[in-house]
Amino acid sequence: MSYRQKHLLAIEGLHPPEIGHLLDLAESYVLLNRSGQTQRDVLRGQTLINLFFEDSTRTRTSFELAGKRLGADVINMSVSTSSVNKGETLLDTAATLNAMNCDLLVVRHAQSGAPNLLAQKVDAAVINAGDGTHEHPTQALLDALTIRRRKARLEGLTVAICGDVLHSRVARSNIHLLTTMGSRVRVIGPPTLMPAEVTTLGVDVFHDMRTGLDGADIVMMLRLQRERMQGGLVPSAREFFRFFGLDAEKLAYAKPDALVMHPGPMNRGVEIDSAVADDPHRSVIKEQVEMGVAVRMAVLDTLSRRHGRND
Amino acid sequence: MTPDTLFVGVRLLDASTGLDTQGDLLVCNGIIADFGAGLGRPDGATAIQGDGAILCPGLVDMRAALGEPGFEYRETIASAADAAAAGGITTLAALPDTLPAIDDPALVHLMRQRGEETGSLTILPYAAITRGCAGEMLAELGLLREAGAVAFTDGANALCSARLMRLALSYARGFGARIVQHPEERSLGAGGAATEGELATRLGLPGIPAAAEAIQVARDISLARLTGGAVHFAHVSTADALALIRRAKDEGLAITCDTAPPYFDLNETAIGDFRTYAKLSPPLRKDADRQAVAAALADGTIDAVASDHQPRDADDKRLPFALAAPGGVGLATLLGVSLAQVHNGTIKLPQALELLSAKPARLLGIDAGRLAKGAQADLCLFHPDRIWQVESGKLPGKAQNTPFDGRALEGVVLGTWKAGRRVFG
Repeated sequence: MSYRQKHLLAIEGLHPPEIGHLLDLAESYVLLNRSGQTQRDVLRGQTLINLFFEDSTRTRTSFELAGKRLGADVINMSVSTSSVNKGETLLDTAATLNAMNCDLLVVRHAQSGAPNLLAQKVDAAVINAGDGTHEHPTQALLDALTIRRRKARLEGLTVAICGDVLHSRVARSNIHLLTTMGSRVRVIGPPTLMPAEVTTLGVDVFHDMRTGLDGADIVMMLRLQRERMQGGLVPSAREFFRFFGLDAEKLAYAKPDALVMHPGPMNRGVEIDSAVADDPHRSVIKEQVEMGVAVRMAVLDTLSRRHGRND
Repeated sequence: MTPDTLFVGVRLLDASTGLDTQGDLLVCNGIIADFGAGLGRPDGATAIQGDGAILCPGLVDMRAALGEPGFEYRETIASAADAAAAGGITTLAALPDTLPAIDDPALVHLMRQRGEETGSLTILPYAAITRGCAGEMLAELGLLREAGAVAFTDGANALCSARLMRLALSYARGFGARIVQHPEERSLGAGGAATEGELATRLGLPGIPAAAEAIQVARDISLARLTGGAVHFAHVSTADALALIRRAKDEGLAITCDTAPPYFDLNETAIGDFRTYAKLSPPLRKDADRQAVAAALADGTIDAVASDHQPRDADDKRLPFALAAPGGVGLATLLGVSLAQVHNGTIKLPQALELLSAKPARLLGIDAGRLAKGAQADLCLFHPDRIWQVESGKLPGKAQNTPFDGRALEGVVLGTWKAGRRVFG
């Protein structure tokens, strides 16, 4: 077994063979899913709880489907953020989950590090489904799988991550994964949306889409939250779109066969133009969703085996 | 009636008078009666054998938050007094941002009295600069001063308004009182949980730039120059702020500052993997800043080392990092962590003790922190080389939120005496 952690809390710290193992296993789940052999009993008798402190339809559904396809008993717990903004409730929840003998716990939380805190308190294997502005490991894995299936490799590719890098857990996880696997990563956005000292993560920084996209193999767009405009980080949506929104004109600077990716949900006309998002020759956004299920099956499978319950 | 005590064969150390000699010290009726070589033991006096230990003035901690009034679930004054005694501290200046805030003369009296009731700790109350420490309306500085406030501060809240700060400095000057500022420009620090930089970026935590401290310090130095008032910057943590303070002192302005052990002993990496016990305000900084703080202890830019004690309940800390309350306890570890700077050669032992007693006493305008005939016998006996390990859960006092959990320290407090009465050891 080449994945050596009990949990999946972050991409940072994982070694290439661990990432490779998860991607390889996900690859086989893609084939099985496509062949119609979707029902497995890898997780039969195990309980998977989707604990979402933040609204999310697609990630939760993806984990739910992955768990069900592997035969787990899947329970969705959505905890409204208004009733939970104190962490003691988080730990109370952990105690409750322990009492239910939960095997796999998928957590999304608005606070960076919340899954780490839960992982200290629960017996279950914890899977981070997005925590604050920290990490979103399964998103990076599904992005990597999408890229690898289209380009046959990760090493040596130039990947441009564009937009609100500062607030993006997707960007952080992707930066860690892609740099670990040997891709060259660029981040493009206005200086106000760049994390401090981001170059220490091994990326090149650009503030101009044309130079940043020049020669890129992959163009990865990030969602821009509306509230960033109120915070003064970006003056307006139209100004952002003018300089950092992806349209056909800017995309022309990337390689002719460059792929366009977006973790969803998209703000059409803010960070991405519909013509690009829906271009079947360039956009792999729908494929990302398909890869998401396979990657989550691979993660759930791997972590349940780590428990020794499935051997 | 307190029994008399004779310390035999101890190293007597008082940097303020240059005293550093092997000898005896006699305490009668709570007063230092005599010291020197070969003192006789009066009938009935308890003898304490030196055994390589150092006897110094009880430590004067010029910045500590107490749980009372308002936050008794975190710590009571009685439990803080236990922790202080275990740390060799006999005098402590308490922050006013309690609930209610210490913004009324009656509350100043109350805090002094609560200190006296402990029998082991003199509590010197700071009073609020603004009512409720809310930063809006000046408190009754004159009446508060008259009631016994040692200086004015809004505690963990920086006084943001330049106009109010100007008024406070001018007005307090008339009463000969200092304004103590938490140096953090609030709009830059708002919502921040860690020092801005690589680590905060990796952890996805909102950052507080180091410049937030220097900006506030620069503004307040300008206001001190404008008003002739005295500003004291608390828990200074960055190289840039220290450089500004050094220049202001050279200029002759009434600028002083302190720091706290975390800022010369720890750097930001202590928060790795979201350790909320290392979440402090100001946040732990990069190592270059930590080194600058240590250097400023040595060159005299820093006037005092304070515990910056901030008691927290486990529930205040068992939260996602950005939601956890900042602050660490510091009473029991104040001496040990400071002595690490002696053991690593940054400062000399007398200099360390001066930063922990005589100098803060002078800043607070009190007659303490001296080994002198006729002075009150507030004493700390410690062994400089003995080793102990800090362990959260086993520290004296109620609050256990130490950022130094697991740290081995050289320097063990053997006993603490308040007005001649043994209160620890």
